[in-house]
Amino acid sequence: MRLARNLAFGLVAALGAGVAQAAEIVPGDVVFRDGAVETPLTDQPGDPARGREVFSQRSQGNCIACHAVSSLSDVPWHGEIGPPLDGVAERWSEAELRGIVANAKIMFPDSMMPSFYKVTGFIRPGDGFTAKPAKEIKPLLTAQQIEDVVAFLKTLK
Amino acid sequence: MRTLIAACASAALCLGAGTGAAEGQKLVIEGQEMVTRAPAPDWHPLTEVISGWEFRDPATQALQMDDFENPAMIFVDQAREMWSTPDGAAGKSCESCHGAVEDSMKGVRAVMPKFNEEAGTLWSLEDYINNCRTARMQAEPWKWSGSEMTAMTALITLQSRGMPVAVRIDGPYQSWWEKGREIYYTRYGQLELACANCHEDHYGQMIRADRLSQGQINGFPTYRLKNAKLNSIHNRFYGCIRDTRGVPFAEGSDEFKALELYVASRGLGLSIEGPAVRN
Ligand code: HEC
Ligand code: HEC
Ligand code: HEC
Repeated sequence: MRLARNLAFGLVAALGAGVAQAAEIVPGDVVFRDGAVETPLTDQPGDPARGREVFSQRSQGNCIACHAVSSLSDVPWHGEIGPPLDGVAERWSEAELRGIVANAKIMFPDSMMPSFYKVTGFIRPGDGFTAKPAKEIKPLLTAQQIEDVVAFLKTLK
Repeated sequence: MRTLIAACASAALCLGAGTGAAEGQKLVIEGQEMVTRAPAPDWHPLTEVISGWEFRDPATQALQMDDFENPAMIFVDQAREMWSTPDGAAGKSCESCHGAVEDSMKGVRAVMPKFNEEAGTLWSLEDYINNCRTARMQAEPWKWSGSEMTAMTALITLQSRGMPVAVRIDGPYQSWWEKGREIYYTRYGQLELACANCHEDHYGQMIRADRLSQGQINGFPTYRLKNAKLNSIHNRFYGCIRDTRGVPFAEGSDEFKALELYVASRGLGLSIEGPAVRN
């Protein structure tokens, strides 16, 4: 069922990118309660396999630059800046995990962890790593990537 | 859980792993021992300042311990030639006025950046060199991080090797120093990271494949294995801000000179060890 849905989504996405992106909460509309975000950012359930990529890829979340995860032993170089995330799903609820990924600075004031679903308040924001000023600021991760990475975190029990 | 995280936000408690360097390992270059750890001055946020050399792997460290192995020395040799070769409409070389580089440039790097009374502003070593080139030699200025400039700064830096970093931060320096400190603690770019996040709060720890150092500049210009050339201080600052998904200040800008002064002062007491080798 889940597989079929993801397949269907993949197909539609391939056919007409933006159009298929159904209901999605934009960064400014995300409601945080005690640092947690109850409502999923898209109506498309997160995919842990894609979330694993978001977590590991430098061009996506690059979470691994700061966090070690035992189940990612095939990915080289785990950072030590943040806590290891083994068992993180037992420490935090899904809503809390979503809140931490979307904007960790609400749960942990002044955290070094980047705010992945935020588009305002930056000082000298660049266009990626080009050193040129950003023309339009997109969140570091899309709503779907946030849901995917949250789904991956939920596998860390 | 939260208390655990809060405790870990302070570097002292998270450091466990130390610098990643073999404790007690000494940096001795050509028989001269470098100070790679020094007590920090009172105003300093850390208690001890540590050279970037300590954080590198043994193979990289070894390259810096022997001038025959140090790849930066090729560029130093090139600069020696430039030192005594006339250039520009005045037909002069550096040597025509300064004589032997070993005598005239001794100690110069240790006090850079230095306030220039005539210009009424703070100058980096690169500014002094380019001022001689344009005003005194009637030659073209060198690019801030170009190969001629980095080679020449390496040759001049070598004449201070083993001397302690001794920049001033009082008098006319103070406002520059304060500006530099402000930049050091500003969280730039879309990743919202300040120099202090990485180099003060988390030195000694791995950020992906890199072990973070204190971000000291006593080893500059540095030869980096990554790009096989000499790298200027401002170029390093540029790269670190770019990597926050930010827009860096320009090399040679007042902002980077202020930052250079502030960062240099955070390493007061360390030996000048440039040209150093880094990965
Ligand atoms: C620049 C470093 C950095 C990056 C990149 C980073 N984090 Fe974090 N993260 C931290 C730090 C530091 C903390 C500890 C919270 C604090 O600041 O007190 C943390 C905390 C967390 C926590 C809570 C951990 C626990 O055990 O309580 C989760 C979950 C988390 N991060 C997930 C992620 C995910 C997912 C990504 C990528 C999308 C990511 N982080 C990227 C630094 C980072
Ligand atoms: C026409 C003479 C002349 C030439 C040629 C010349 N300089 Fe200078 N240079 C000076 C004078 C005069 C000063 C300022 C007085 C002083 O501090 O020694 C100076 C200052 C400097 C300083 C600052 C020293 C300090 O302690 O503040 C540096 C560095 C320097 N020169 C490098 C060079 C280099 C490198 C070259 C060749 C590319 C060069 N100079 C060519 C005359 C010259
Ligand atoms: C995201 C983390 C991060 C931030 C933020 C950052 N740097 Fe770095 N910096 C690094 C890494 C990684 C290296 C290479 C390893 C090392 O020496 O720490 C490095 C290296 C350096 C070095 C070279 C040290 C040596 O011994 O060769 C200097 C100097 C430096 N940084 C200064 C700065 C300054 C100044 C800022 C603020 C404008 C800054 N960095 C911001 C990660 C960072």
